Amino acid sequence: MGLTGQNSKEAQRKAAMAVLAHASGAEIAGRLADIELPAHETLREPENGLVMLRGRIGGDGAPFNLGEATVSRAAVRLASGEVGFGYTLGRDAQKARMIALCDAMVQSAEFSGEVEAKVIAPLREHLSAERNRKGRETAATRVDFYTMVRGEG
Amino acid sequence: MTTFAELPPGFADKVLSAQSTFRSVMDAMARPGSVQRVAANAGVPAGMMRGSAAIALTLFDHDTPIWLDAAMSATSDVARWLKFHTSAPVVADSSISSFALIGDAASLPALDRFAFGSNEYPDRSTTLVLQVDSLTQGPGFELKGPGIDGTALLQAMIRPLDLFERLSINETLFPRGIDVVLVHDDAIVAIPRTTRLVASGV
Repeated sequence: MGLTGQNSKEAQRKAAMAVLAHASGAEIAGRLADIELPAHETLREPENGLVMLRGRIGGDGAPFNLGEATVSRAAVRLASGEVGFGYTLGRDAQKARMIALCDAMVQSAEFSGEVEAKVIAPLREHLSAERNRKGRETAATRVDFYTMVRGEG
Repeated sequence: MTTFAELPPGFADKVLSAQSTFRSVMDAMARPGSVQRVAANAGVPAGMMRGSAAIALTLFDHDTPIWLDAAMSATSDVARWLKFHTSAPVVADSSISSFALIGDAASLPALDRFAFGSNEYPDRSTTLVLQVDSLTQGPGFELKGPGIDGTALLQAMIRPLDLFERLSINETLFPRGIDVVLVHDDAIVAIPRTTRLVASGV
């Protein structure tokens, strides 16, 4: 695989991960039920842990530790050798495992198209529809503040 | 493309396997010379025995530097497997390691190359995990010490042959010292620093 091929694969995995991490576990499970899952084994059982969230005041200040967040992770290997990793906020172990499985399938030449079309694309659509709806709701309550210049006397 | 394609998996059931392995190691340490079984199911990288793999998955973490002998580090399999599943750092300096995995016991380095701990922190010593040829057959070793009622008889093919002579430094070092866990397949025997050899059939 050439460098460009690798980069586009990586971009595809990144995009898939961005969708899956924000989707709910039940949604992913529902979508995965529609496709035939390849044989796979769990390389790393789902486990919970903490990550330190760091922030910067104003975006360019000194970094500080904001607090810790619970994260679940898992790793899955397909029978054909592809290894997928799943990380997600919260303690949903099954979600982490499903994300890892999707990640492995995205890498596999055989299942990449199917998982993209039947799992990731519908989830992405749903997610962006939800975001737009929220955006519209927020925009509807928008208030513009302005200061009137006080006249003389 | 991926480097994880050949990596053996970890415990199938993380919590229960780690608990039962911990129990086996604790029983072995409490009853020196007795043979305990490790029931846990885990993938095993080439060069490691089932028992030592289960001990690694149970006791190793990012705070425990690990030293590997030449047999264990012959290929990068063991080091990569340890790093993925336990995130323990593999170090080249045996004197700062918490655990040392010895695949070829015959070429065990001199014990003073490992950590003995300090008088304030005797727990900061190296625990040797030594893979041996048998823990049920071979010359007899009569052991005594805390945890043993009278004497205990261990029959094992232990190499190096002078292991217990080397471990006699534990007598003068106490409370510092070296603890040893002998592993053969899924059987483990612990020789903590307080255990002494009474007689050996070597």
